[in-house]
Amino acid sequence: MGTYITFPDLLIWLPLLAGILCFFTKEEKHSRNTALFFSLLILAVSIATLVFNDEKKHFNYNNVNYYWLKYLGANYFIGLDGMGKMLVLLTAISFPLIFVATAKAPVKKANAYFGLLMFTQAGLMGVFMALDALTFYFFWELALIPVYFLSSKWGGEKRIAATFKFFVYTFTGSLLMLIGIIYVYLHTGSRLIDDGINIPHTFSLGAFYNAYLSTQEQTWLFLLFFVAFAIKMPIFPFHTWQPDAYDQSPTPVTMILSGVMVKMGLFAVVRWLIPVFPEASVHFKTIIIWLSIAGVVYASFLAIMQDNLKKLVAYSSIAHIGLMCAALFTMNQISVQGVMVQMFNHGINIIGMWMVIEIIERQTGIKKISQLSGIANTAPVLTIFLLIIALANIALPLTNAFVGEFMMFSGLYNSNLWFAVVGGLGIILSAVYTLNMIQKVFYGSVNASTAEVKDLGLNEKIALGIIVVVIFIFGVYPQPLIDLTASSANALLKSIK
Amino acid sequence: MNAIILSAIWGVVMMFAGVFIKNKSVPKYLAVTGLVCVLVFNILQEFNGLSLFNFPIQDMLRTDNFNLLFITLILGCTLVYFLLNATEIEKVGEHVGEYYALIFFILSGIAIVSTFNTLLMLFIGIEIISIPLYILTASDKRNLKSNEAALKYFLMGAFSTGIMLMGIAFLYGGTPNATFYIHLLQLGTGTLPVLVAVGLLLLLVSMSFKVSAAPFHFWTPDVYDGAPTVFTSFMSTMVKAAGFFAFLRLFTNAFGALQAQWQTLVLIITVATLVIGNITAVFQQSVKRMLSYSSIAQAGFMMLAIFAINTKAREGILLYSVAYSLATIGMFGVLTKMKDYTIDGFNGLAKTQPLMAFAATVCLLSLTGVPLTAGFQSKFFMLMAAVENGQHFWLVIVAVLLAAVSAYYYFKIIQAIYFKESETDSIVFEGTVTSPFKWMLLVIVALILMVGIYPEIIIGLLYA
Repeated sequence: MGTYITFPDLLIWLPLLAGILCFFTKEEKHSRNTALFFSLLILAVSIATLVFNDEKKHFNYNNVNYYWLKYLGANYFIGLDGMGKMLVLLTAISFPLIFVATAKAPVKKANAYFGLLMFTQAGLMGVFMALDALTFYFFWELALIPVYFLSSKWGGEKRIAATFKFFVYTFTGSLLMLIGIIYVYLHTGSRLIDDGINIPHTFSLGAFYNAYLSTQEQTWLFLLFFVAFAIKMPIFPFHTWQPDAYDQSPTPVTMILSGVMVKMGLFAVVRWLIPVFPEASVHFKTIIIWLSIAGVVYASFLAIMQDNLKKLVAYSSIAHIGLMCAALFTMNQISVQGVMVQMFNHGINIIGMWMVIEIIERQTGIKKISQLSGIANTAPVLTIFLLIIALANIALPLTNAFVGEFMMFSGLYNSNLWFAVVGGLGIILSAVYTLNMIQKVFYGSVNASTAEVKDLGLNEKIALGIIVVVIFIFGVYPQPLIDLTASSANALLKSIK
Repeated sequence: MNAIILSAIWGVVMMFAGVFIKNKSVPKYLAVTGLVCVLVFNILQEFNGLSLFNFPIQDMLRTDNFNLLFITLILGCTLVYFLLNATEIEKVGEHVGEYYALIFFILSGIAIVSTFNTLLMLFIGIEIISIPLYILTASDKRNLKSNEAALKYFLMGAFSTGIMLMGIAFLYGGTPNATFYIHLLQLGTGTLPVLVAVGLLLLLVSMSFKVSAAPFHFWTPDVYDGAPTVFTSFMSTMVKAAGFFAFLRLFTNAFGALQAQWQTLVLIITVATLVIGNITAVFQQSVKRMLSYSSIAQAGFMMLAIFAINTKAREGILLYSVAYSLATIGMFGVLTKMKDYTIDGFNGLAKTQPLMAFAATVCLLSLTGVPLTAGFQSKFFMLMAAVENGQHFWLVIVAVLLAAVSAYYYFKIIQAIYFKESETDSIVFEGTVTSPFKWMLLVIVALILMVGIYPEIIIGLLYA
């Protein structure tokens, strides 16, 4: 129990505070600056956590544990481990990048807009740090509510229906998970608390790992949890909310959805699914891998057919996440490690992709690929940035995604040759649709709608520049990411032995 | 005891105040004063054991920490209700003092059904609640719908009262002791004699009727829709919660040992209530009617407590009473200010009345059961109770899937409030949205969030 301010505390309360402050600002400029300032502060905190990563020596900096519902055995228990730190860093990087990239785009009712964005960040941080099942559930839902309002208020034409579909899917999934949480909770061991009272059950992560569950119970509990996480990722066949939601949400929200929020699903599998139900995870792994890989191929084909730029990226995101989920369930060292690395890199790359799309959509008002042409002539710098990001997205060597995908594929290959073969098809297809899109949108002759496109402003250059730098750094030297998450990967693998 | 007698006395005071005081705005001050007194003396009885009246009641009423706390919560919610709706109550008709008098009588009845220890007291309490409600339903005298609703309510209510009385008679005749005291019934745990089984069944039916559980819910939408909105707000919240409390008390204290024999019946009623309430609410266009179906749907969730009858269920029913009452009072409070009761009538509310819009949204999120709101905690406790009970696990799955359905109709209003534009300029009665009303809405929001974040604020009192 820390008596001083800790990193997890800061990471939760700073965005909450920022959100509240934003709500009370009057002018757009002020809310924008408040959000940017706090998000940079949060980024600084999350970088600082990387320095304090000796698990024994710095335990008190990285963990917070207070009684919450004391007699129920629920604590406000949050803490940072390697994987948590990486995802917190990803979350902390995304927000300032998004704010900088969209600094010139006007927003109506900016105070509510930025306030809700900061609340989303608080929710996401909480999910990545929660070490208590009820706390986790709280943050899991809290990340959703502000996004619901953001997308429904500032989104595209069919936003209300699309966002509601998204909400109902995830809400249903979470409620099923809640039943699972209650059931596991009622099978955890007792704990003696300070004042000598014996609490029959607790919600803590450790208690969940040691819950008394028979194989049969594990089997259906696994499904209750898995549905919630599969919807969030999303993997085939739970993905149908996603293309519409990505298409209709305002692009900054889409960046958060696809860059950070989908990682909630993968993260939850690593922390709350496989270690809690190890036997059931092994039991279901083949089915899940095949589902994921089928999703990769299916989504890739849909991406090839797409004429809507945003939906194309949405489907490509489904394909990438499917591959990560498949690699995660092979449960061998190299692929799990690869997933960890890829979670970060995919987040960075996809946010870069959305930035470019946002710029195009804001300037031309068009998101149909067939109506765009020749942007390279009017905006050469934009095109260069896009090219680098797109090549990273299809995992070319020297870019960050290459390392992760390489590791994931060798894991899949070790597990079963066919996984790698069918999954590899997805990579080839991703090159097809990405390059095809680049060719159509950026090359060819300029038409009426693209003639007016201006090249990047300074803020956009900075945002995209940072992304490109990150792409190359982790493309050449991915070791820091691997080191950071190695302990989490090993812990996961140990839990299923 | 304090609450029963004091609120009955204050009911009489209010009645006479109605005769002698002609000024319409005075009764509300009297009513609030009286209610605060009742509340204070009930709290004193709970924590200091202070009992003002020591009549030889022959053990017909029993107070303990649990039911005194429940009465405190109900009185607290009623206080919130008075403060929020005082001006609306004045608008219903000429006899303002009498409306308050009737509400105080109902409170007295609520205190009786929360503490009863004989079947007769249960019966008397239920009747003391019901009869003033018939009058309140009809209080909009010149409105045909209000009259029709009251008549319907009265006929159906009388019918269910008959059933209850018959059930009590069967129990009285069927048990060896021939007693009305529920702790002396001695029903054992084996197979029941036919008379007792019939008695139990009749009591189950009549209690289901009073709490509007399906398939005995048919009166609810019409009555809630027809009654003046302020009184619908009262009868769908505190009265319903008290009905559930009595239901739970009866089935725990009298029939608890026989759970295995009646659980399947309660299971059927629970599922039916959840399904009918939630599915029908989806198709409603009028928000008032939707809220009456939603009250049936919420009753389905409260039925989980009767299904489970364990510690979590007891804690859960307290939380649920508060969470559901506060959110519904808030929602009806907003509704009374609206010109148009359809969902489209809420279009663009956020633009003209941001605070009302925010409060309505929090109430709706609480009714849906989103974390951080009281509604989540109450649903969470109910689900825990049902899972802990261990029987018929699929019931909780059905319950949460229907909770997801409920998001559909609650969010339709949120969508109208925030994401749609209004065609007319004024969608609320402008002059009526006063700043005290807004402050009360904020208080309700604060209470909902407080209970949602830290429910031990209520449950902790049970073990204080």
